[in-house]
Formats: sequence, C-alpha cells, structure tokens
Amino acid sequence: VGLWRQLTRGLRNLTDRTSTDRDIADEVDHYLAEATAAHLARGLSPNDARRAAMRDLGGVTGVREEIRGYGWENVVAAAIADLRYAARSLKGAPGFTTVTVLTLALGIGGATAIFGAVKPMLFDSLPYPHAARVVMLSEDNVDGSQNDGTFGMYRQFAERARTLEAVAVMRPWTPSLTGSEIPQRLEGQRVSASYFRVLGVLPHLGSDLRDADDRQNGPNVVVISDSLWRRQFGGDPALVGGSVTLDGQPFTVVGVMPATFQNVLAPEAEVWSLLQYGMAQGRAWGHHLKTVARIRPEASVSAVSREVDTIGRAVLEELRPATYGPNVRFSARSLQDDLTRGVRPALFGVMAAVTIVLMIACVNVTNLLVGRGVHRRPEFALRTALGAGRGRLVRQLLTESLLVAWLGGAAGLAVAALGVRALVALSPPGLPRADAIDIDAGLFVFAFALTTLVGLAFGMIPAVQASRHDPHSALQHGSRRTAGGHRRARAGLVVTEVALAFVLLVNSGLLMRSLEQLLSVNVGFDSSNLLTMQVFASRRAPGQGPQEVSTRDRFAAALAAVGRVPGVIAAGFTSQLPISGDRDEYGVRFGTSTAGQSTFRYAVSPGYLETMRIPLRRGRLLNQDDRADAPLSVLINESFANRQFSGADPIGQQLSVGPAGPYTIVGVVGDVRQLSLAADRFEAVYMTVDQWPMPEPVMSLAVRANGSAASLAPAVRAAIWSVDKNQPIVRVSTADQLLAASAAERRFALSLFEAFAFVALCLATAGLYGVLSGGVAERTREIGVRAALGASRANILSLVFRTGAALTALGAIIGLAGALLTGQAIASTLFGVTPHDAVTYSAVIAIMFIVSAAAALVPAWRAARVDPAITLRAE
Amino acid sequence: MHTPKTDVIQGTLDMLILKTLSLEPLHGFGIARRIEQISRGVFKVNPGSLLTAFQRLERAGWLNAAWRETDNARRAKYYSLTRAGRKQLEHETAQWTRRASAVARLLKDEG
Repeated sequence: VGLWRQLTRGLRNLTDRTSTDRDIADEVDHYLAEATAAHLARGLSPNDARRAAMRDLGGVTGVREEIRGYGWENVVAAAIADLRYAARSLKGAPGFTTVTVLTLALGIGGATAIFGAVKPMLFDSLPYPHAARVVMLSEDNVDGSQNDGTFGMYRQFAERARTLEAVAVMRPWTPSLTGSEIPQRLEGQRVSASYFRVLGVLPHLGSDLRDADDRQNGPNVVVISDSLWRRQFGGDPALVGGSVTLDGQPFTVVGVMPATFQNVLAPEAEVWSLLQYGMAQGRAWGHHLKTVARIRPEASVSAVSREVDTIGRAVLEELRPATYGPNVRFSARSLQDDLTRGVRPALFGVMAAVTIVLMIACVNVTNLLVGRGVHRRPEFALRTALGAGRGRLVRQLLTESLLVAWLGGAAGLAVAALGVRALVALSPPGLPRADAIDIDAGLFVFAFALTTLVGLAFGMIPAVQASRHDPHSALQHGSRRTAGGHRRARAGLVVTEVALAFVLLVNSGLLMRSLEQLLSVNVGFDSSNLLTMQVFASRRAPGQGPQEVSTRDRFAAALAAVGRVPGVIAAGFTSQLPISGDRDEYGVRFGTSTAGQSTFRYAVSPGYLETMRIPLRRGRLLNQDDRADAPLSVLINESFANRQFSGADPIGQQLSVGPAGPYTIVGVVGDVRQLSLAADRFEAVYMTVDQWPMPEPVMSLAVRANGSAASLAPAVRAAIWSVDKNQPIVRVSTADQLLAASAAERRFALSLFEAFAFVALCLATAGLYGVLSGGVAERTREIGVRAALGASRANILSLVFRTGAALTALGAIIGLAGALLTGQAIASTLFGVTPHDAVTYSAVIAIMFIVSAAAALVPAWRAARVDPAITLRAE
Repeated sequence: MHTPKTDVIQGTLDMLILKTLSLEPLHGFGIARRIEQISRGVFKVNPGSLLTAFQRLERAGWLNAAWRETDNARRAKYYSLTRAGRKQLEHETAQWTRRASAVARLLKDEG
C-alpha cells in the first residue's frame, strides 16, 4: 500500500498541486483555529489568544512550506523547473543553441556511428560458446609471412596435442547446385568432420558430420545453412536424409544449421561437406587449408602456441615433408584476433580520429558556453544577490548544459543512424564481421552515456567560473563587460582545437599520400583494357572418360572461341590472377635439396603473359610447343632470379615445384604484384597447364580488348558458353576495377579520416572566429582609443590578424608534437611515405594559417571600422 | 517546581501519533493536545513536524485521512489508524521497550 500511495500521491501533486495546497492550507488553518480556541478557553483575550496560537505554530507560511516540502515529487518538480528555465534561456539564444547542438550532433553522431561499426569487430566476442577458446593455428615463416596449413600437419596436431579439445581444417568450396530450374553456384566449405564441434554450434536439424565418413572415397554428405534450406527447399524437414545434386553428384543432406549460426570463417558459405583426404594423397602435405581449433578450458592460448610449435617441429624432424621449408614456426592465435588483425590498426586509427573530433566538438561547446557565461555574468550576479545559493546556480547551469547535450545527442543519434548506414554501404569488401554492424540498444546506451558525460564535463567549467565571481563587483561592472581572465581561458581552448585539428589533418594527409603512392605503384602488368573473369570447369557425371583431359580440352576450346570474338586482341588462362585475392603457393626446390622455398605458382595457357603484357627479361616465353609430352619448361621472375642466382644466368637451370618437376628454366619475366598493391613478395614460377600434373578445375581468364574492356564481357561470356553452356562464370571485372578494389580498404579509411579532418578544421575555424570576434567586441573601447591616438587601419587590422596567427601558431606547435606521436602509431598503415613526411606537414601548416587568416577576416574588418568618435562618446 | 517542556524525542513522534490514534480517530490539534496531556506536559509537539509527520505516515499507508465536522461544527481533517498502522505501532512499541529497558539497565549499573 505504502509504495502505491507514495507513487500516486506524488504523481497527483506533480500534475495538480493546487488541491493539495488547499488541503494543507485548510489543515493549518484549522490547527490555528483550534489552538486559538484553546488559548481563549484558558482566559486570554481573542487578540492575545490568536497571537499566542500563531507563536506556537511559528508562522503559517513556514509550516505550509514545511509540509509541502515532503515527498519525492518535490525533487522532480525542482528539476522540471530547472529544465523549463534552461529551455527558456536556450530559446532566448537561438544562434548559440543551433551552433552548439549542431557541433555536438557532429561529434556525438560521428563517435556513435564509428563505435557501432567498430564494436562487432573489436569488442564483441564471436557468436560461439566460449568464443575465446577458438583459435587459428598458423605456420609462420622467418620473414613474417604465413603459409596455409596442411592436412598432414592437421592429423598430427589432432593426434598429439593435449591442449586442444578439437582441431579442424577447411578449404573453400564452390559447388554448383543443379536439379532445380536454374543451376546455381553456391559458396561453401570442405571441412574435416570436427569443424562444427570446434565452433561449438551443431546442426539443429539432422546430425553433425561424422568422423567415420571423413575418409578417402567416403560417402557424399552435406550440411546446409538455414537460409539455403528455406530459400531452395521451402524449409522442408524431410530434406534431411534426402539428396541434392552438387557438381553433378548426389549428396545426402545430413543436417541443417540453425538460422542464428554465423560462420565468421566464411560468411557466405551455405554448404559444408567433408574434406575426405587420405594421407596417401599428394595433396595431404599441400599448403591450402586453414586450421582452426578449440582449446581445452584449462589451457591458455600461449600454452597451445608452445605445444603446437613443439609438435610441428617434431613432425618436420620425423617425417621431413617436402613442402615445408626450414625454420617454420607454428603458433596459435585467438580467432577474434586473427580475423581482425589486418584491419585493427586502421580501426583504432579511425576511432582515435573520431575521438579527436568529439574532443574538438566539446572544446568548441565549452568555448561557446564560456563566452555565453561572460555575457550572463550580470544575470548570475543578480540572482545571487536575490538569494540564489552557489549550489543552486551551479545546478541550474549544469541543467542547461545537460539539456544542450541531450539535444545534441538526439540530433547526434540521427547523424549516427545515417552514418552507420553509410559506413555499411561504403565498407570495403572483406571487412570482417561487416554484417554485424548495426545500431543496437548498446549504441543508444553508449550515445546517451557519452552525451551525459559531455554535458556534465563542459557544464562544469562555466558553472564553476560563473559561481566564483563576487556578485557585488559583477553587478557594478555588469553593463561594461570588461575583458578579463576568461579571455585567456578561451584562447587556451582555441589553441587546443587548432592542435587537435592539426593532428587529424596531418594523419589524413599521410593516408592520402599513401593512397596516391599505392595507386601509382607498378603492378607488373598492363591493367588498361583488360577484362578478367573466373571460369569453372563443369564436371561430367562419372564414367565419361578421363576427367582431366576433358577439362583441359574444354578450357582450350573456350580460349579459342574467346580469341575469335571481335575486339579481342589476346586472351589467356591462368590458375591465379594477380590482385584478385587468389593465392596459390608451392615450395620450389633445386636439385636434390628437400627445402622448398614458397613461391607463387601460375599454371597458364601459352599467351597468358603476352595478354597481360608482363615483360620478358631473358630467354623466351611459354608457347604452344610446351605440351604435356614436351620437356618441362618453366619461367621465373626477376625477384626469384636475383634471389636465387644473384646475377648469374638462370636459363637452363632445373627446379621442382611441389610435387611436379624437374622443370628447366627457359625464361625470366618481370615481377607482378600478386597479393595486393602493397605486397612485397614477388617470387613466382610460370608453366603451361599441360605441363602441370593435376587438372585445374578453376581458371581465370584475362582478355586484352581493343577498346573498353567492360563492354566486351557479354560477348566473351557467350563465346565460352558456346563451347559448353554449363561452365559457370563468376567474378567478371576489369583489371582496373580489381586494382581499385584492392585499395578499397585504404580508400575507406582515408575517406573517414578526410571527413573527420574536415569537420575538425571547420570546428577549429569556428572556435577561432568566435574568440577573435568576441575579443574585438570586448576591446571596442580600447581600439577606439588607439584609433583616436593615431593608430592606422593597417595597425588595427594587423592587431587582429596577429592575435589569430599567434593562436594558430601555438596550436600548430602543440599539434606538431601530437602529430609526430600519432604518425608513429599509424605507420603500419602507411605506404610509400614516412610518418614525418615533409610535404604533408608543410601543406597542413599552410592550410592552418590560411584558415586562421580567413577566420580573422571578418573580426579584423569590424575592428578597422571602429569609429573613435562614437566609441569615446559612448563612454 | 517548574519542569521545562522538551521537544518530542527524535524518532518517537511517529510512535506517539500512532499510539494516540489507536484509541480513536483525531484531528491534528487533537493529537498534539492529547500527547501533551498524557505526557503531563513533558512533551511539546512542534506543529510543523506533526503535520509533516501525517504526510509521511499517510503515504506509508499507516494512516487514513478524511475531512469531517468536529463537535464544535468546524471542518477538520481526521486521522485514523489502518491495519498496517496498528502492526507498525506494535512493532515500534516492542522496539522502544527493548531499547528503553536496555538504557534503564545501563543507567542502574552506572548508579
């Protein structure tokens, strides 16, 4: 009953105070009447009785107020009154309010959007039970590069490691699904049976993959995703146990993953089948698998790292697999770290940038508030003189700051909502966990907390400043607005802004120069008018002759057909295409040495290098005569030749590539960047497809066009399909598009930095303008006196410009120190420029001074127009 | 001999109000007078504290209030004890007795 009464009475008082007030008044009056009557009864005269009763009571109004003061609603009512007063006072200053709210909206909105984007990548744990126990196992070379894992090593880890609960290997798989109207190419993975156990998420329909089926020539089984199950099979539970046709073969569907399952290792994957490798196969020691493991609850990642390294080295000692070079180290890293490792520096950079923008926004708002506080000093003085306590004033000012902050925060959330959408739309492909970026409750809480914090923080300074002043002197000088110590405070704030903006400008300048350098890098082939696409060999049903022969023949026939398309100058197939995300490396060995050196391997059609215009440095290119029955020929590139033969003629030397060889080197060609524009590993070998022992089921086609490459795509596709209409074609793009996509991540980070730097510059300029124009307004009298004493307009103009330049210079010096520090932090994301690039620094300094001059322009003009006669008369 | 009036001991006002009302419903001045009479003038009740206490006790659900005519035809706010109030009175009385006897024992030992 008690709580209920507290609540209802309180609410009633909040909404309708008058009836309660009347009730209290009546009760007090009655008390007074009864007390008077009692005194009368004791024999006092009516007047004396009344006076005695009043004395007992101690003042009617006081008692009423005392009774009224009881109840929680009074606290609320006071806060509401504060808010109402704050709202009125903000409405009275629309310019101040607009600028402040917009400034905060930019700062808070930007920070909220970035936090929302970064959160799933950096802070959220992966969507698996005990996600911290899922680790990637990697093989690290001495030079810091990494190899993919091998099936052989996976088996050894699974057998020997005591710190691991389960280990799994996987590789990408893109089967075509037939049996319905349109054949579809699906994204999927070939995995060991332990895969889902490692992640800790099992199919919710049917059963998990079974170890017993994971053997060479085991049964064809597949687990499918919930989305595929619903989209393609209408969510029919009877599908489990049924059969689907993948790559022309029947597969039994054993399970359906839950809809909530997020496969962070291959976000697009919808089908999972077993790897079914055997140790007797040549590929058992091929480096093309990713290894992931779940560690035991009691084990630490570092303990796992130590154990796998010990095991790995022991295995190399015992079995001496040919595909491993010397000095390979094995290590474990948490999956979370592994996924975000590449983008982490950029993300932290962006977060730092948006924090700087937020800081500048806060400084700017503080600056505005201090400026406003100066003008309101008479008001505070008056209120203090009328009896407002210091605490009351501070509370009032804080309420006002909080109100502005919340208004800014609300506007900021709108900015954040737009910003997050824009971030997702602009985010480069391959950004880990981009699908998890969203505005969620956490983001709202973050924005609210941030706003409140900002409101309290910047409300504190003017509040303390305002309450510290002696009301007497303030009242006396109230109308004159003498310049005082606050000027130094505001100047300090502006210097801070300039310094922070300087830091941001330098960093975005460095990133801009990096991108410029990156895009002007020599990729090693001519990317203009070059069309590329990936072509899959369609598989025939078993029993139609040797598969590899038909695969090779079909690719050859397709190439011939493409060559006949009008507008095609040259065309060629390659097993991996540069800058496309392809990565295929083999260990290359010389003579009898068992140590292989990891090298990019290209199995190509004769004519591929000519199509790409990769320059020949020595010897000859590959040609039609390099057939399966001819002596094995290989091309190496310059880097490889230099590293291996250091200037000596490599032509005629012999080498083996993985399981194949020995090949004779017939030529040396130019270096090509394979992994990315920033890649610094080049060693490569080229041989014809015919002289590689295994068939290549997936090839990339490069077509040199006579004009626009993109417009040629339909005709080229039609030509391939004229040979075999079942050959799926994906990833159609021009080489220039591939290069642009390769720089997309940097471009993305750069555009964020540019946006932040621009906002920072605008805010700093606004701050500078505010201080300079405020200074001129306050010093009107002084300027008038100077003018009367003979100062020229030029003197007065330079007075203002000098102030602006001095503030800018001080800010720039502090900013310089900050930029040198942060430049070191982003050094790893730079390319081709040093963190203290002189061009960038001088450009930024120039920009800062131009902007400061622009900010000083209007105040200076105003100062120069001060008429001494008018100013002095006003005194 | 003149005995000075003292203010009601801190924290006992609620109990005294509840006790007074356990006999019959009364208005504010009636309660004040009753407390002063029964304590033989030892306790003087501050009207402000008393009326504020009513707000508190009513919101806590221990008292009900209603406007009624008094014997001398004035309108007055009468307070009566609720069931929860009665329970609270028992509780506070027990507490008080326990504390008072403890204090009494201590003082006796001292003497």
